[in-house]
Amino acid sequence: MKFDTGQSIEKIATRFGYSEALIRLLDQNKDILVLDADLAKSTTTSLVQDRYPDHFVDVGIAEQNLVGIAAGISLNGTTPFISTYAAFLAGRAFDQIRTTVCYSNLNVKFAGMHTGITVGEDGPTHQMLEDIALMRVLPNMTILNPCDYNEAVKATLAADNLKGPVYIRFVRESTEVFTKKNDRFVVGEANELLKGKDLTFISSGPILYKALQAAEELINEGYSIRVLNFHTIKPLDNDAIIKAAMETKGILVIDEHQIYGGLGTAVSEVIAMNNLDVLYKLIAVEDRFLTSGKPEELLNMTGFTKENIKRIAKEMITQKKSGT
Amino acid sequence: MKILANNIRKDIVNMIFEAGSGHLGGSLSLVEFLTALYFEKLKHDPDNPDWQERDRVILSKGHAAPVLYSVLARAGYFPVKHLLSLRKLNSDLEGHPNIKTPGIEVGTGSLGQGLSIGCGLALSFKKKMMSNITYVIMGDGELQEGQNWEAAMFAGNNNLNNLVAFVDWNDLQIDGKVSEVNGIEPLEAKWKAFNWNTRVIDGHNIDEIIKTLNSGADSVKPLVIIGKTIKGKGISFMEDKAEWHGKPLNKELYIKAMEQLEIEI
Ligand SMILES: Cc1ncc(C[n+]2csc(CCOP(=O)(O)OP(=O)(O)O)c2C)c(N)n1
Ligand SMILES: [Mg+2]
Repeated sequence: MKFDTGQSIEKIATRFGYSEALIRLLDQNKDILVLDADLAKSTTTSLVQDRYPDHFVDVGIAEQNLVGIAAGISLNGTTPFISTYAAFLAGRAFDQIRTTVCYSNLNVKFAGMHTGITVGEDGPTHQMLEDIALMRVLPNMTILNPCDYNEAVKATLAADNLKGPVYIRFVRESTEVFTKKNDRFVVGEANELLKGKDLTFISSGPILYKALQAAEELINEGYSIRVLNFHTIKPLDNDAIIKAAMETKGILVIDEHQIYGGLGTAVSEVIAMNNLDVLYKLIAVEDRFLTSGKPEELLNMTGFTKENIKRIAKEMITQKKSGT
Repeated sequence: MKILANNIRKDIVNMIFEAGSGHLGGSLSLVEFLTALYFEKLKHDPDNPDWQERDRVILSKGHAAPVLYSVLARAGYFPVKHLLSLRKLNSDLEGHPNIKTPGIEVGTGSLGQGLSIGCGLALSFKKKMMSNITYVIMGDGELQEGQNWEAAMFAGNNNLNNLVAFVDWNDLQIDGKVSEVNGIEPLEAKWKAFNWNTRVIDGHNIDEIIKTLNSGADSVKPLVIIGKTIKGKGISFMEDKAEWHGKPLNKELYIKAMEQLEIEI
């Protein structure tokens, strides 16, 4: 078994990978400016502020202004990295992101924090489950969705290397660090975490860990499951999807997002456009606002559990065999 | 009224301790204003939350949901013991206000949007010749959102004298003092420049709040009440401390907080 999915595994929230990478960039004298909108502790950029106060600006509670200011900064050759809760970044400032940043292909890096279900108790206003949909439709935008702390560092460093707007998705909760520091990370290239031929799991972000755990249990039960880490949601690795469809004939997407417009939709588009003959299913939030609750409770409620993933996977494999 | 306000403070502390998360500071600074508003001024009927003639309240700073929930419960919208379900799975008392809760008009939690909603309501009341008043409650940090000033301009230009805004001027947001993060002063002059009537009052003085609420109707302009407040008011170790914006309480500090509130009465 390639991955340690045991109890002892270290947990760190992906958002800490963001500030860690920014500090590394500043250590290398990179010409960047870090901006926040009154959430510097939550987003972890206060750690950057502590080390490099001259490279940090807090614009206050003003997300649209935040994006505009970043646009201006980028026009003078400095790379702005801006962060706030994804709900207020992708959501509140959508027009500014679209028309000011993406249209002119400006070099602004967006860190959408506290995404997904696991924001928990704060409730639906803060559980951002539509950000991938919003960002995915924008020309020039690159979208990265790191699955753990190590990948979050790499995604942030990669964003600095890319020219043009990049949106990176982070979560609040501490999650398992299950990739290695030296694992390959190439924007636009899915990583095959487990090889397999009965079925393919496609996922990204920290929820991927649950998919991986489910896959490992299925493998122990004698199934052969391929697991693909789609850390890049745009540009999408179409080839990996086509290959998975042809070789495993079944794709299950596990996406901590609304069913419409997220990674699940993106994969289904590739299937449709390429006329792929493949069984497809999606675990995502079923087009509704959730409620307040503990992260685990909400994940159970929405079917993001090892057990549910295994159950659907087995159904799919049976369905494939019976040829219906 | 003082006793009521103190009970509301206890509710807030109890709820947030029980939930393990929630916004203490910004709830505590609003206790007097909401108490005065709901128990002395507001035209409403807890037994009939949809009553046509009711005044409307919009908590634009939605993170202060706990204080509003407590006030609603004590006004009779639902039982006080229901408050302890705050932020629990499937409770209507979510982290931020939402329409599942009786007495809540509209969901909020993304800052800077309430005043626009208030403008729409007030405008519509005028168009339909209805005499309902709309109250919008905002934070001072929240005023950094540009949408507020778009709304302020609209209200001023449209003589929305049936609109009352309250600014909880506690000079704290999450990252520090409002005046240091991105200052909003001169605050009264800003509202005046947008054609509003203004009153600057002690936001913890219930008599002064009531007097001000009763004095608004004589003009064609909308009214903003700028209440000087203390974030975390009533619990010494929380007062004027940015860190108590959204920090949960441990058992020891919970006991300490409740002790202080016991002595109050
Ligand atoms: C649009 C938006 N941006 C950011 C936040 C996160 N947030 C919640 S409360 C808060 C600070 C609010 O400060 P203030 O308005 O002064 O409220 P108070 O001090 O009364 O708690 C922030 C930034 C939010 N809820 N909505
Ligand atoms: Mg404040």
